Amino acid sequence: MASFTLNINGKQQEVDVDPSTPMLWVLRDHLNLVGTKYGCGIAQCGACTIHLDGTATRACMLTVSSVGNSEITTIEGLSEEGDHPVQKAWLEVDVPQCGYCQAGQIMTASALLEKNPNPTDEEIEMAMNGNICRCGTYTRIKKAVKLAAKS
Amino acid sequence: MTLVKTKIGRRAFIRNTGLASGGLVIGFNWLASCKMTPEQVNNLPKEWFELNGFLKVGDNGLVTIMSPNPEIGQNVKTSMPMIVAEELDVAWKDVIVEQAPLNTDIFTRQLAGGSQSIRQGWESLRMAGATARHMLKEAAAQAWGVPANEITTKDGMLTHEASGNSAGYGEMASAATNIEVPEEVELKDNGSFSIIGTDKRNVDGKDIVTGKPLFGLDVYKEGMLTAMIVHPPAFGMKYKGMNADTVKTMPGIKDVFHFVVYPEGMEKQWSDGGGIPELVAIVGNSTWECMQAKKALQVEWEQDSMAESTSYHEKALAELLEKPTEAPARQDGDVESAFKSAAKIVESTYSAPYLAHNTMEPMNFFAHVTPEKAELLGPIQTPEFAEKTLAARLGMPLEKIDIMMTRMGGGFGRRLYGPFVIEAAVISQKMNAPIKLVYTREDDMTQGTYRPSYKVKYKAGLDESGNLIAWHVRGAGTNDDLIFENRFPAGAVDNYLAEKHSLTTNVTTGAWRAPRSNFIAGAEQAFMDEVAEAAGKDPLEFRLELFDRAINNPVGDPENNDYDPERYAGVLKLVKEKSNWGTDTGKARGVAAYYCHNSYVAQVLELEDGGDMPRVDKITCAVDCGIVINPIAAKNQIEGGMIDGIGHSTYSALSFENGRPEQSNFDTYRLIRHSESPKNIEVHFVDNGIDPTGLGEPSLPPVIGALSNALYQATGRRFYKQPFINDKPPLVG
Ligand code: FES
Ligand code: FES
Repeated sequence: MASFTLNINGKQQEVDVDPSTPMLWVLRDHLNLVGTKYGCGIAQCGACTIHLDGTATRACMLTVSSVGNSEITTIEGLSEEGDHPVQKAWLEVDVPQCGYCQAGQIMTASALLEKNPNPTDEEIEMAMNGNICRCGTYTRIKKAVKLAAKS
Repeated sequence: MTLVKTKIGRRAFIRNTGLASGGLVIGFNWLASCKMTPEQVNNLPKEWFELNGFLKVGDNGLVTIMSPNPEIGQNVKTSMPMIVAEELDVAWKDVIVEQAPLNTDIFTRQLAGGSQSIRQGWESLRMAGATARHMLKEAAAQAWGVPANEITTKDGMLTHEASGNSAGYGEMASAATNIEVPEEVELKDNGSFSIIGTDKRNVDGKDIVTGKPLFGLDVYKEGMLTAMIVHPPAFGMKYKGMNADTVKTMPGIKDVFHFVVYPEGMEKQWSDGGGIPELVAIVGNSTWECMQAKKALQVEWEQDSMAESTSYHEKALAELLEKPTEAPARQDGDVESAFKSAAKIVESTYSAPYLAHNTMEPMNFFAHVTPEKAELLGPIQTPEFAEKTLAARLGMPLEKIDIMMTRMGGGFGRRLYGPFVIEAAVISQKMNAPIKLVYTREDDMTQGTYRPSYKVKYKAGLDESGNLIAWHVRGAGTNDDLIFENRFPAGAVDNYLAEKHSLTTNVTTGAWRAPRSNFIAGAEQAFMDEVAEAAGKDPLEFRLELFDRAINNPVGDPENNDYDPERYAGVLKLVKEKSNWGTDTGKARGVAAYYCHNSYVAQVLELEDGGDMPRVDKITCAVDCGIVINPIAAKNQIEGGMIDGIGHSTYSALSFENGRPEQSNFDTYRLIRHSESPKNIEVHFVDNGIDPTGLGEPSLPPVIGALSNALYQATGRRFYKQPFINDKPPLVG
C-alpha cells in the first residue's frame, strides 16, 4: 500500500492502494467513478479510455504509480452538464445500443477532435480502431464524430 | 377503434400491487432505474396515483411507465413504454420510464430473448395504456356529468367539447383510481398513432454518455465485498483440491474457498445451462486484489470426461454428414430419383466454429443473502428462472427472493444463462455479506455457453431449363441439430429432404443471437447463389421464382411452411428496388434474404475493390417487422445485427485444445473494429400495418449470405468455412 495524490477531473484526490493497481480500478473501486469501464484489462477494447494530459489512454494498463502529476479526465469530467459537443452529437445520432462501450468511445473521439478538429473518415477509423463496440454501433459513431466536428 | 377484452395479464390491472411506491418493493432503491429529465426532476408531483401495474399518474400530469423487460441494448426500455404512452395518449415528454423489478404477479414474460419482447408485449402494453385512459375518461365524465364517450384525449388532456370542460390527466388521476377496471377497452387504430412510428431517443442516453452507474458492474454498496471465481481450465475437468493458505493472506483477501453451486439432484432450470457444479471463490476488498490472488492461486483439477479438441469436433461433425438420419425431419417427393433425372447437380458443404458471446460487460451480479431474505441486483435476461433456482439452492421461498435488473452491457443470448446469479448468492450466503461477483474477461470467454460449431451439406438438382427440382440438406451441430426443416425452400421444391444430426459434446452451448439461423441462413443463402449460377439465372430473380412457386402452388400443406412467402418476396422486391439491383455499379454485389424471429429481412451488399478480404462499402437492407415502433432505434438494431454478422463470420472463432479454449481475451479472439465495418448502411421498412415483431436478431443471419455471395463476385471463389478471413485459397504449386 502506498498513498498517491492524483489530479482527476480538476480535483486533487488521495488514494491508498497497491502501487501496481491500474487506474481503472482506482477510479472504479476507490473513487466511485464508474463511468470508466472494464472490458478486457489488456488494452485491447478501449472501454476504459480516459484522458491523460489530454491523450486518450487505456486506464486498465496504466498503473497508479506511473501517473504522477498528470491530469486525468474521465467521462464524468468531460463536461459539467453532459454537454460536450461529442456527448451532444452522441445523443442526437442516438448512438448507443447497450451503451457499455460508449464512455470509452466518447473519450477517444473527444481526444481525437481536440488534436484534429476536422478528421477524415480514415482518420476517424484509425483513431477509433482500439475501441470495440460489440453491439456494432460503428456507423453511428462515425456519423456522431463528424457531427461533433462540425459544431 | 378496436375493442379488446382486458383478460390478458388481467392481474396487471389490479391496483395497489405494491409497486405504487416505485421500486421500493425490494427494499432498496436503484435510482438509476428511473429516468427523468431535469425538468421532470424539478417538477415532481406531490402524489402518484397508480392506475395499474404498468403506470402511475402524478397529480401534475407526469406519468411513470414501468418497463417490464430486461434491457440488453435492444432498446425495449424506450420502445415498450412508447406503446403504453401511445394508448394512454400522453405526451412523451411527460413520461418517466422506470425499470420494473421481477414481478411475476404483474408482468408476464419478463425475459429478453428471441426478439420477442415487443411482439409478445404488444397487446398487454397497449391494454395497460388504454385501460388507464378509459379510467381517466370515466373519472372526468363523472366529474363533469357528461357521457364518457364524448370525451376526447390528447397529450395528457381530457376535453369535452360540448360543455367546454377540459382537464389534465393529473387532475383526474385521484378519482380515476376509484373507477372499475373495464372488462374491455378501446384500442387506437393502427395508423392513428402519434408516438409509435416516431423517432424517440434512448431514455438512458444522457446517463450513458455521461458515465452514470447503470450497469451491474457499476453496483457498489456499503460493506460490499468483491468476489471472483476460479473455474476448471478445460471442459471435461473438475475440481480436485487446492492449497489456499498463502493466497488467503494476500493483501485485501478475505477468504478463498471451494463451493458447490449445484448440489447433485437439485432441481435446475434451463437457464442454469453451462453452470459448473463446483468452483473456487476468492473474496476480497477490491477487484484488483482479487485479480492478484486469482493469479497466485494454484488449484488442482482432474479429468472428468473426454478432453475434446476442435479437430475432434470437426471430424465427428464431418462423419455425421456422411450418415443418413434414421428418420428425415421433412420429406416431400423423392429426392433420390429427382437427382437421378436432374440435368445438373450442385453440392457444397459449409461450416462454422464455436463462438463466444463476448458481451462488452463481463458477467457479474450483486447478491446479499441473509437468513431472512435474498436481494439480487444485476444483468440477467431470465430473472424469473434464476429466481426459481435460487429458491431451490438457498432453500428459501420465492417471496423472500428479490431480483432487480440493471441495464446490461450486451446480451446476445449469454445472459439467458445465469449460473453466475446462483454463484453470487451462494458466495454471499457463505460470507454472510453483500458481495459483487465479477468475472474477468478471461472467465467470461472461457466458461461460456457458446454458439455451437456447425457443418451442413447441401445438394440441389436442376432440370434442363434450370428449374430447382430437388433439394437435400443434412446438417449437424455440437449439442444442436441445426436444421429448421420447414423453412424456405421447403414448400417451394417438389422433392425436398431435410435431415439433422446432433453431436453430443461436453463443451457447453446455448443460444447465441439468432440461434442456428446465425449459421444456417448464411450457408443456405450462399448455396442458393451457387444453384442460381448453375441454373444460369440472376440470383435475386431465382429466389423470387421460388417464392412464386410457394405462393401459387406450394408443396405440401402450406400450414407446415414456417414462413409467409408473400412477405418474404416483399422484402426481396423492396431491396431490389432500393439497391437498383440489375444495374451495373462496377462493384461486387451479393444478395440474401431470410426469415427468423417472425421478421423478414433482405439485403444487397456491395464490396469495395481489392484485397483478399475487401471491405463492405454499402448494405441496402429491407425489413418487414410489421409496425415499426421506434424507427431510429429499429435502424440501430438492424445496423448492429448486420455488423455483428459480418464481424463474426469474417473474423471470430473459438477453438479448443484438449477441452481448453484457445482464446481467452480480445488479443486472440478477434472482433470486428471500426475500420472493418461497412461504410454505409441503408435500412428500409415495409409499411404494412401488421402487428409488430422483433428486431434484435433478424438482420444478422442473412447478411452472412449476402457477404459470401459478394465475396464470390469479388474474388471468384466461394467461401465455405467461417471465419472467412482464414478460408484462404489452397496454394497451387
Ligand atoms: S479494459 Fe482497458 S482496453 Fe479493455
Ligand atoms: S453499445 Fe454495446 S458495446 Fe457498444
